[in-house]
Amino acid sequence: MNLETILKMQNELLLVAMLLAILIGEIFTTQQGKVKLINFTIITFAAVTLIGFFNQPNGDLFGGMFHTNSLIHLLKNGLNVGVLIILMQSAGWLKQDLIQQKKSAEFFMLLFSSLIGLNFLISSGDFLMFYVALELSTLPVAALAAYNAYKRQSAEAGIKLILSATLASGLALFGISFLYGSAGALYFDDLANLLQLSNLTILGLVFFFAGLSFKISLVPFHFWTADVYEGAPINVASYLSVISKGAAVFIMMFILFNVFKAFTSIWEPMLYIIAIATMFIGNLFALRQQNMKRFLAFSSVAQAGFMLLGIINMSALGVTSVVYFVLVYMFSNLGAFGVVQAISQKTGKENMDDYNGLYRTNPMLSMVMMLGLFSLAGIPPVAGFFGKFFLFTAAAGKAYYILVFLAVVNATIALYYYLKVIRAMFLRQSENPIPHFNNDVFMKIGLATASAGILILGLYSPLYDYIQSISNLIFN
Amino acid sequence: MDFSYTVLIPLIPLFVFLVVGIFSNYLNPKVAGAIGVLGLSTTTLLSLYTAYKYFFEVGKVNEVYQTIIGTKTTWIHFSEVLHIDMGVLLDPISIMMLVVVSSISLMVHIYSLGYMKGEIGFNRYYAFLSLFTFSMYSLVVATNIFQMYIFWELVGVSSFLLIGYYYDKPSAVAAAKKAFIVTRFADIGFLIGILILSFYAGTFDFQELNNPQGSLILNGVGSSFMGLSVIAWALILMFMGGAGKSAMFPLHIWLPDAMEGPTPVSALIHAATMVVAGVYLVARMFPLYYFIDGGFVLQIVAYVGAFTSLFAGVIACTQNDIKRVLAFSTMSQIGYMMLALGVSGFSGHEGLGYMAAMFHLFTHAMFKALLFLGAGSVIHAVHSNMMKDMGGLRKYMPISNITFLIAALAISGIPPFAGFFSKDEILVAALEKSPLLFAIEWAVAGVTAFYMFRIYFGIFWGKENSYAHTPHESPWVMTIPLMFLALMSIVAGFIPFSEFIAADRMPFEAHFNILVSTVSASVGVVGIVVAWIFYKSENNIPERVSKAFGAFYTWAFHKFYFDELYLFVTKKIIFNGVSASFAWFDKKVVDDGMIGIGNATLNTSEKIKKLQSGKFQDYATWFILGAIALTLYFLSKN
Repeated sequence: MNLETILKMQNELLLVAMLLAILIGEIFTTQQGKVKLINFTIITFAAVTLIGFFNQPNGDLFGGMFHTNSLIHLLKNGLNVGVLIILMQSAGWLKQDLIQQKKSAEFFMLLFSSLIGLNFLISSGDFLMFYVALELSTLPVAALAAYNAYKRQSAEAGIKLILSATLASGLALFGISFLYGSAGALYFDDLANLLQLSNLTILGLVFFFAGLSFKISLVPFHFWTADVYEGAPINVASYLSVISKGAAVFIMMFILFNVFKAFTSIWEPMLYIIAIATMFIGNLFALRQQNMKRFLAFSSVAQAGFMLLGIINMSALGVTSVVYFVLVYMFSNLGAFGVVQAISQKTGKENMDDYNGLYRTNPMLSMVMMLGLFSLAGIPPVAGFFGKFFLFTAAAGKAYYILVFLAVVNATIALYYYLKVIRAMFLRQSENPIPHFNNDVFMKIGLATASAGILILGLYSPLYDYIQSISNLIFN
Repeated sequence: MDFSYTVLIPLIPLFVFLVVGIFSNYLNPKVAGAIGVLGLSTTTLLSLYTAYKYFFEVGKVNEVYQTIIGTKTTWIHFSEVLHIDMGVLLDPISIMMLVVVSSISLMVHIYSLGYMKGEIGFNRYYAFLSLFTFSMYSLVVATNIFQMYIFWELVGVSSFLLIGYYYDKPSAVAAAKKAFIVTRFADIGFLIGILILSFYAGTFDFQELNNPQGSLILNGVGSSFMGLSVIAWALILMFMGGAGKSAMFPLHIWLPDAMEGPTPVSALIHAATMVVAGVYLVARMFPLYYFIDGGFVLQIVAYVGAFTSLFAGVIACTQNDIKRVLAFSTMSQIGYMMLALGVSGFSGHEGLGYMAAMFHLFTHAMFKALLFLGAGSVIHAVHSNMMKDMGGLRKYMPISNITFLIAALAISGIPPFAGFFSKDEILVAALEKSPLLFAIEWAVAGVTAFYMFRIYFGIFWGKENSYAHTPHESPWVMTIPLMFLALMSIVAGFIPFSEFIAADRMPFEAHFNILVSTVSASVGVVGIVVAWIFYKSENNIPERVSKAFGAFYTWAFHKFYFDELYLFVTKKIIFNGVSASFAWFDKKVVDDGMIGIGNATLNTSEKIKKLQSGKFQDYATWFILGAIALTLYFLSKN
């Protein structure tokens, strides 16, 4: 282990170090000191996030099982920022919970374990590493979903997530074993050269794809999404919907573009079908939801469908559009989830009707929510518009005009239900509106960061140009 | 020499706008005003410094003024060819405009401290002024046509906001809407023109578009439409946008109504800066206008300008609201500038018209702003716009009197005031091109002197009105700008403009034409003498003369019924005739169709809701079935 090796895994190692530090810190702190531990963790993690933005070496480790480059660094930094926002948004809730349930550090430990898993997942250069990382990223979240142990729904969410995850990873492993059987290798580089189009490998591809689709909530592998988001604590739902989904989309794109680059005749039509089904099912279900968490769950299903429009174009353009959209989507969703979290934490209200007249009592929260939803809906000039625009451009570049047309239809349906929330907040009156309240400072910073991200990504084009300049790194 | 600091010139007013705008409810009006004046002073100094550096030190290389890109950044990048830039372009005309905009805007900022004192929404007023100044700066330094268009619209918005400043007054609201809609309508032409032009040229960039050796000008494009090349059509459409902004006939109807805004705003936006944007647009793209189709479009520009100047001059003689007289006078003078551009050639002395247009733009900005601010000073004292409420004010308001007189002499073309020189150059340029245009403009010069002294005598001489309380001179924050502008109206004419500004960027020697200048100055004197006879003291000559003109007078008094004509066309024909059938189609076919689709979507959503049963067994079944179905489908296809 020389310095460069360490630097290549810098983010992972720092996270592991943090994990250990929290574990030790937890032992030596009293119940009163644990509030400080929460502050300490968030600030330390902010520092870790900041360190990630400095230059890091690229290259392979462990004979190619682990690889890293600027594009992967960018994504890891994105994930770190996203988790940081989630932590800041959950600080108040954790402190409340600490007093009620006399626990603290396990939340961080589980969350960071899962984040470490995701970091290894997007850096993996081999199916073994991929599978272990996938498991590492999923299992702790199942525990987190059941975090509110005394709440029936939370327990149910945990069970549903772990069962679905088991099913999915079993299927993926099954698929990978077919690939291994036909090529005799597990390294992505080797497989790319060895895999031939045959019934066995197609079976492997489809099963692997189905297993990973679970994490991205693609139809018909999405059913767990709404139930889990509704039952789990909001920050966990928000983690599932942006962090875990973002990483999974990236690794799916990476594997399809590298390992299965000779299989475009199979996976392009597959993505085509799944994209249409996902957009329609997600949107049609989102239309009916009253509970904000279920609403955002289906909205995130539909957004995943849009992301496939970029993956379908195997080129630098496609990569750029997907990575840009993932970042935009992350900030937009965190803005919306943050507001839901803030309101739920103070008042326990989670229904759309409860939001009637919110603008009069809590104008700032309403503005953040509006920004997030506008971005999700793709209204210019916020980032979401450009995100969708580039995805559509990518799909149109492959002459999938019908797909783009259907995506536009879906964007219209989505606009309707996003505006429903905005109408509730700004136009509807309420006898009994949510009273005005002040947020703690972490929550304020978290919401401000998400809003700033939405605006900056939309208005400051050099970020897009930067992604474009490194997008070719995805092709080995 | 690095000019990248010039980006501060637009950014400082933007910053002031954000600060004053966001904190408008918390700031003390004095502080807000001070921030505004301070910000503007800084940009004025920067503009003057830039002008000095450019004209006297680095701008001229081998006797040709260079175009310098101060700074440029890609704002939206679509492809290698198609990208929208934001930047600062420095060349003689953009720097001249920077000087004009900054000095007039600074004067207006100072003047408004007194004029707007105690108004509700004082801070909002300063925020909007800064927004306007930011947009106008960004417009004049645009490096490409798209940037210009963006800020073109933004000055339109600021103008809308400031005309409607007194938003509790229905006439102000109506005027704001009218100004916005009319100019916006004209801007459709502008936008389409930009799209056509950039489609064929493959760029938005001014430097590439205007290059006389570029392929666009040398080779043109093959396509043509109704005998003109498509580029010529694009230029005509773009001129439509310019004519809307500059209130050229027949898109002039918004400018008189825009006088509903506070008077300093009229001075800044509707006299000196925004309304000359159309002139600036033609000047900016002058090589294209001159070379494409042998200058055909320029002839349109010339005749529209000439007609407007005569038309507006005649109306100005009949109006009784002093601000409206000034508004029509502005239209008339902008007509001069358009005409000068229209008759101009390109190289050497032939480019006299181009230089004269810019010269007149400069001097006109000074004396017209002075006229408006002087009128504002008077209005401030007597609380009315109407000439009948004034009279004999010279005793009470000596500074306003003298400065207004200087401005009136300047606009009438009396030597040695500024207007004389610039107008003279225009007349020389017109004479070289066409005696008819010269004759029109020569007559308009007399008309100008007449109506200007009509209001001058009406305000400061004539019968003294019985005032409710004695009028008094305005405070020093208002008179200092008046004195500064009066000074400029005297000396601006002596600036050797042809040393600095030329269509082909090569300075030349403009010759003084004794004959033309004598003829033009004498017609100005005649106009003043006639006004003296009519209005010096109370008599019934004006009444008799207006009776003698009979129907023509009534016609002119009602501005040739153009407002009524437009109302008839929009209300009776477009709204009732054309729109009604569209409305039916919209309601019955489009709306019902959309509602049907919406309902169908909701129904589908209702029908499939059972899929999400909440049972994990069902979910697992779908999961496995999905995977199997995909496998079977792709296996069968293989």
